[in-house]
Amino acid sequence: MPMKRSMIARLLPGIASLARGGSAGKIVLIGSAIVFSIVLMTVLSPWISPYDPSAINVGPVISPPSKRFPLGTNHLGQDMLSRVFSGGGVMLQVAVLSAFFCLIVGVPVGLLASYSGGIADKAVSLVMDSFYAFPGLVLAIAIAAMLGRGTVNMALSIAVVYVPSYYRVVRSQVLTIRELPYTEAARAIGARERTILLRYVLPNLVGSIVVVATVNFADAILTAAGLTFVGLGVEKSIPDWGWDLTDGRGLLPSGAWWVITFPGVMIVLLALGFTLIGEGLSELLNPRLEQ
Amino acid sequence: MPFLEVRSLVVEYRTRRGNVRAVNDVSFTLEKGETLGIVGESGSGKSTLGLSIIRLVPRPGVIVGGQIIMDGVDLLSLPEERMRSIRGKKVAYVFQDPMTSLNPVKKVGAHFIELVRTHQPEVSEKDALDRARRALIDVGILPERVNDYPHQFSGGMRQRIMIALAIGLDPDLVIADEPTTALDVIVQAKILDLLRSLRDRYGMALMLVTHDLSIVLERCDKVMVMYAGTVVELASAVELHANPIHPYTRGLLASIPNIELGEQRLKAIGGSPPNLLNPPSGCAFWPRCLERCDRCCQDQPSLVEVSPGHFVRCLKEVREPERDR
Repeated sequence: MPMKRSMIARLLPGIASLARGGSAGKIVLIGSAIVFSIVLMTVLSPWISPYDPSAINVGPVISPPSKRFPLGTNHLGQDMLSRVFSGGGVMLQVAVLSAFFCLIVGVPVGLLASYSGGIADKAVSLVMDSFYAFPGLVLAIAIAAMLGRGTVNMALSIAVVYVPSYYRVVRSQVLTIRELPYTEAARAIGARERTILLRYVLPNLVGSIVVVATVNFADAILTAAGLTFVGLGVEKSIPDWGWDLTDGRGLLPSGAWWVITFPGVMIVLLALGFTLIGEGLSELLNPRLEQ
Repeated sequence: MPFLEVRSLVVEYRTRRGNVRAVNDVSFTLEKGETLGIVGESGSGKSTLGLSIIRLVPRPGVIVGGQIIMDGVDLLSLPEERMRSIRGKKVAYVFQDPMTSLNPVKKVGAHFIELVRTHQPEVSEKDALDRARRALIDVGILPERVNDYPHQFSGGMRQRIMIALAIGLDPDLVIADEPTTALDVIVQAKILDLLRSLRDRYGMALMLVTHDLSIVLERCDKVMVMYAGTVVELASAVELHANPIHPYTRGLLASIPNIELGEQRLKAIGGSPPNLLNPPSGCAFWPRCLERCDRCCQDQPSLVEVSPGHFVRCLKEVREPERDR
């Protein structure tokens, strides 16, 4: 496995070169720092949370930020700081899972259909395009309502919304790469179509797929928050920023701004982090945008 | 029996607007150690001819008829699986654009591993890399550069790598499709010299497809001039240079800059090649021909052997012997 080792060895100088790599590199670094801190915070939440995030009545009900409760408490007397620490877990899982579902469906389908062309390509494109007819969140809500609550179900309903984006990117790349001389050269050395697809077309897609995945990560976070917000996410007993938004909305008229603000800020930060990574990567990986 | 014999090959592109005969009744023979130059304008069918020999004419191209006999076997009758074992192993192809002919995500060595293992799966990666190093030395590239990626090479070096890949499995026939078009003149000469020296060393047959008649006259044994999918003249390079007969060949020769002509203007061939969706009646070249006669727009000339090994497709040539009789 000399390949794998060298890739890890290249990671460290890679960070240094990102920092030097102009604005795009810095954007990726900032985005990664945000995402990494939030992931770290979520993973460490059982140890750093001052209270059990699900336990009720750990303090007074709806109390503003204070020394004991730096981010205040909600109407159930739950500690908001602890809930902010752990409330991203579901969202991150959902985002990772939905990206995984999108990858295992969108990439192979896009690869096979577009490479073979003809009727298969037309039929699959039509189906994928029809998904675009629905607003993403509405479609996700409809599917989540059919599937019911749960992390996997949320991920599935979000994956359905984003598979077409993966498919489109894969298709456009396959159509380009398919016509490039090196695939013809591969054929001229006697390579099979399968080999060309897996060793020539697929590796050249990876850059674009990574960009789509990171950009869609941000969208998936927002959609996941939206699903929980409307009550189609996870059980109420699991701390989640989406739930806090729902609760906070009800409490806001009474002046309890802290219940909705802090989880909201976290969702925005996480989505921002992924968006920054995605935007920066697309600039770095797309040679046509290079100066 | 010649090593390679192409007999009345016909290739058509089946487009929505009609069928285009890109290669029309082309025949020639080629021996090992010999170089055949194929010259013609863009769209004359020379690349299609090259690709049809390894049966990789891009869609919607179809080989309609004819035979391609190599070592006594008609390649057109082989099943696809057998054909694949010939590509890269017995017939190698060097493409026009070296900048995009290598897979950008794979190291040079990986290309060789791919080539060798496609045809000899039992060969280890290490042995394949050893072969890669030897082939790179053959084309004048440092062997340790097998570990570099294509973008780390210049255009001329990439074309050398393509040639190294082509000779990697010691093929009997190398088809080079405008191998120097994307390169500057100095590199062009080096690449062509390289191809010739490799041909001499390994005794393979070489097909050089180009639109540059001067390259062909200088470096090929035989020259085939194509126009609108047909062979208009086929002769040895020496004979063609000394005694061109077809008006198109003469026009091409007149348009080569010649240092002895001083400040005389070059003679260009007027007009442009015909639209093959709707080819002209009679001889395809007559609308641009300076020596046409009334019959040229009606009768299709056939390829006539005017002297041993010198074939011409022109009514003028049929006419003159008749007059002698």
